[in-house]
Amino acid sequence: MAANQEVVGRQADSLQHEARRPEIVLRPATDIFEDDDGITLQMDVPGASKERLTLQVNRDRLDVEAEVQIDMPEGMEALYADVRSTRYQRTFALSSELETGNIDAKFKDGVLTLRIPKRQEVRPRKIEVRAARAVAAGARRRFCAAARWRGRTKWPG
Amino acid sequence: MFGSLTRGDGGLFDEFRRLQEEIDSLFDQWPATMGVRSVVRGTFPPINVAATPDQFEVYLFAPGIDAKKLELSIQQNLLTVAGERQVPVNEAATYYRRERFTGEFRRAVTLPEDADPDRVDARYRDGVLQISVKRKESAKPRMITLN
Repeated sequence: MAANQEVVGRQADSLQHEARRPEIVLRPATDIFEDDDGITLQMDVPGASKERLTLQVNRDRLDVEAEVQIDMPEGMEALYADVRSTRYQRTFALSSELETGNIDAKFKDGVLTLRIPKRQEVRPRKIEVRAARAVAAGARRRFCAAARWRGRTKWPG
Repeated sequence: MFGSLTRGDGGLFDEFRRLQEEIDSLFDQWPATMGVRSVVRGTFPPINVAATPDQFEVYLFAPGIDAKKLELSIQQNLLTVAGERQVPVNEAATYYRRERFTGEFRRAVTLPEDADPDRVDARYRDGVLQISVKRKESAKPRMITLN
């Protein structure tokens, strides 16, 4: 429910160059849901666009990085800021049944939608349930008939 | 270290955020002065306000909204933005995380006294609503020439 949260993260390269100065990155608010065909991630990344987005899949790790670009007039001075960084970053651990080579990304009005399909072989298959009641009724008839032969009349349970 | 995709629990980042919120709430209890229109941190949409000698720029980070349905008003130097964001729910799907804001929102920004309510311009791009409010001419610094 909350808006994007700031997280203090450290970049591997900045670690080398700068003496451990933590960099603030924004952690985009994300909705994640799964259906039969795959998993969808929807992330709030206002100010970012397709051109300034990096998606990286490394084995089963998905890295999302985006840069905020907003119009800022010359000589601007900040009076108030809820958003204190211009970089979004979030990493997700994917699971092996996902087709990571086939991620579909869409961008609209600062919302990034990632669709990760499941491999064909792991998609749930509908299991046909045969007419079980007819089978049971037949079995019951047969039982009753057999029970009569043996002098039993009550169907167990 | 990473927020896992298929688990509800949040991992270290959520733990960190919880800690941060706890610290924030501790500070809230201090008898510090609070703006009457200030809001809790994390309220949607986040706002940045900046100033140049000519104008004020207000940025609302409100992705995925219909900009035409936004209600913008300015009364003297009080700027109010109200709107609604509807995140459609996929009924057939299983949700693991729902962090994105959904519903109605309203935010008010008190600009400095010299904001000119007659010269306001607003545009929506990439999920950011940018509102430019010019400063009153009379309030601008002027050069005074000595006779």
